[in-house]
Amino acid sequence: MQTEIIISGFGGQGALFAGQLLAYAAMDSGFEVTWIPSYGPEMRGGTANCTVIIADEEIGAPTVLNPRAVLALNLPSLDKYEPLVISGGVLVANASLINRPITRTDISAVMIPANEIAEEIGDKRLLNMVMLGALLGKLPVLPVEVIEKALQAHIPERHKRLLPSNYAALRRGMEFAAQVPSPIHS
Amino acid sequence: MELTAPTHVVYQRPESLADVPTSYCPGCTHGVAHRLVAEVLDEMGVRQNTIGVAPVGCSVFAYNFFDFDFVEAAHGRAPAMATGIKRLLPDRIVFTYQGDGDLASIGMGEIMHAAGRGENITVIFINNAIYGMTGGQMAPTTLPGQKTTSSPYGRDVEQAGFPLRMAELLANMDGSGYVVRRSLHDPKNIRLAKKAIRTAFEAQVRGLGFSLVELLSSCPTNWGLTPKDALTWIEEKMVPVYPLGDYKVAPSLASLKV
Amino acid sequence: MAKELLKGNVAMAEAAIRSGLQAYFGYPITPQTELLEWMAERMPLLGRTFLQAESEVAAINMVYGAACTGARVMSSSSSPGVSLMMEGISYIAGTELPVVLVDVVRGGPGLGNIAPSQGDYYQITKGGGHGDYFPIVLAPSNVQESIDLMVLAFDLAEKYRSIVVVMSDGNVGQIMEPAELPPFQPLKTVYPDWAVRGAENRAKRTLSSIYIKPDEEEVTNFRLLERWHEIEANELRYKEYFLDDAEIVVVGFGSSGRVAFSAVRAARAQGIPVGLLRPITLRPFPYAPLAELSKSAKAFLVVEMNAGQMLDDVQLAVAGRTPVEFYGRMGGMVPYQGEILAEIMRIASESIPLEGDPRHRWAQRVNYGRNGHK
Repeated sequence: MQTEIIISGFGGQGALFAGQLLAYAAMDSGFEVTWIPSYGPEMRGGTANCTVIIADEEIGAPTVLNPRAVLALNLPSLDKYEPLVISGGVLVANASLINRPITRTDISAVMIPANEIAEEIGDKRLLNMVMLGALLGKLPVLPVEVIEKALQAHIPERHKRLLPSNYAALRRGMEFAAQVPSPIHS
Repeated sequence: MELTAPTHVVYQRPESLADVPTSYCPGCTHGVAHRLVAEVLDEMGVRQNTIGVAPVGCSVFAYNFFDFDFVEAAHGRAPAMATGIKRLLPDRIVFTYQGDGDLASIGMGEIMHAAGRGENITVIFINNAIYGMTGGQMAPTTLPGQKTTSSPYGRDVEQAGFPLRMAELLANMDGSGYVVRRSLHDPKNIRLAKKAIRTAFEAQVRGLGFSLVELLSSCPTNWGLTPKDALTWIEEKMVPVYPLGDYKVAPSLASLKV
Repeated sequence: MAKELLKGNVAMAEAAIRSGLQAYFGYPITPQTELLEWMAERMPLLGRTFLQAESEVAAINMVYGAACTGARVMSSSSSPGVSLMMEGISYIAGTELPVVLVDVVRGGPGLGNIAPSQGDYYQITKGGGHGDYFPIVLAPSNVQESIDLMVLAFDLAEKYRSIVVVMSDGNVGQIMEPAELPPFQPLKTVYPDWAVRGAENRAKRTLSSIYIKPDEEEVTNFRLLERWHEIEANELRYKEYFLDDAEIVVVGFGSSGRVAFSAVRAARAQGIPVGLLRPITLRPFPYAPLAELSKSAKAFLVVEMNAGQMLDDVQLAVAGRTPVEFYGRMGGMVPYQGEILAEIMRIASESIPLEGDPRHRWAQRVNYGRNGHK
């Protein structure tokens, strides 16, 4: 059994770090996990994405065509990945930067104003944590406490003072997503 | 009658030179250059502490003619190989012995960057204006108008470009500590060449960076001249194009008496 | 030691350092640059040699020189850079020096791209440089294996005075997975009796790849060949999955091997009797185990990220006894599990001909590029 999550956005939005955090948390919880970035020519175009697979058995392919969940931090990412999420999967999109609704109706869709929420907490760079929190609200692949512990364990000492605001961003994202109704047949 | 007078040795094979015949042609000055290097290493007492790097060219078998540790490089790559050795064994004396095709043509990248890095190695550069081993083709140092088997009408600078002056070029590198040009065409110049070789190795001992002695050398076989005429050809034809002199001398070497 | 989340390239670099690496010489090229950068950061702190060379040509010749001193040395690069190193690799092979080289293979030919590929299989496993020699080639498919094979590479290189190439690819180099690093090995203090380190109180030594007399070169060639036969007998490594009752045998290495593993597992879940043989040593190649499997299997499926290069070796092993099919992606494309699963399902339901060229059949089947294949 495995769960595949793609996190995609512009370079600098923290997509790769959000994925690594998820991978650390999965490893700390004793799961098999892979994190792989897209490092190809797409990177030059300003988009950055990674695929995280969390499993309870040996992981083969580290990339998948049809992921269980996608975090789309910007519009190009939504356009690319909306059609690919498996039916019944989860799609979290950053409403702050996306001016169209999610059209799929067979998936759990969350449009979350991640930039605004991050700014309310006090730092717009927290948008990746807001998005990750929203994923956990819809797909409890790992408990949020485990993510928080991973943050504490793996971020550099000089960033430790930012931990409370990161925790707040995760929780706000989770709460937001939990209030969004899921489709009836998921 | 018995000889009772004590013998006084005035000339013998240096310890650093192996007791084997070389593969060089009669009249070629490679043998002189080898002997000078060997005498200098003997005088410095560093034979057991020296590693040589042989090139591809006439001196490809140099490792047979010296009596200390030696490795054999790919064509042009001797400075890179010497770099690898020197970085692992910084207290050893490491030198390359390269011809003009090896150093100034195919190995241009390696020699420039070794000098640029200030790699603490010594380079003995034999410039005889021709490819010897392959039978007399044009070298990067072949003189304008000089006939070779691959410039049968004489080196046409319009088509084949101009000779490269390596000592001048390498002296411009911030990493070089000692770069000079000498000639092997007569005893006086040979004595000066030996002093330069000594100074180059002393520069290495002192950690002054890249050191190089360019030696104008003869190739009677491929020049089509007698050994004596070949020496005259160096003096009359090569020296005007490749002026002898000191192109870079680190200040601390200026007062060194060798 | 606890597991850490490690990137393939970095894990290989650190594993090499812990294996007692004394010097690294390299030149930046994507997608292996993290390896070089890790060396740049770590080696000077440990008092060891790191040098960024002016080219891959210089880098491999610095490695050549450093290896002459008997030290543990390595370089790393990616396909175009490895092409430039081939001259030096041949000299190293001819001089019988232990050297480790990592090739993080990318899409080609030519400048190609920086995406993962296995297009260097022929070049790396068949020698690549000029002359008769036999490199040992190790192919990791995950981060832990990248670490373990790096440690093994140095031991094999020294045991056999051989070039050992760790042939990775962009995916294995860029992936992060939990893995355990090896303990630190002490640096060498005793050097082999061929090492050139200065002739202090002993006869001089020379290291060279020249054997100017053909009869002497032939003696050397035979010595290299005999050593290779010893390597073939002792150092074959591969991994088997679900092969006990397999009627279809999938063969894949490195990145494509792990995608094939996913596909084989998914096919097994649907009751298809399929297994996977994943070569870990590409040289020596598992000819004998494949030959054995060909006596009972119904068909083979070779999966690679190239135009069918290992395919030749599988066909040599199978020797016409069993049909062989091929599925590849090229140019930096990585197959998805579904593509390989579809091939397995097709082979399970169709009769595959014994005759004909599997590469031609594949090209016709997939119609790459002509029908907007994706």
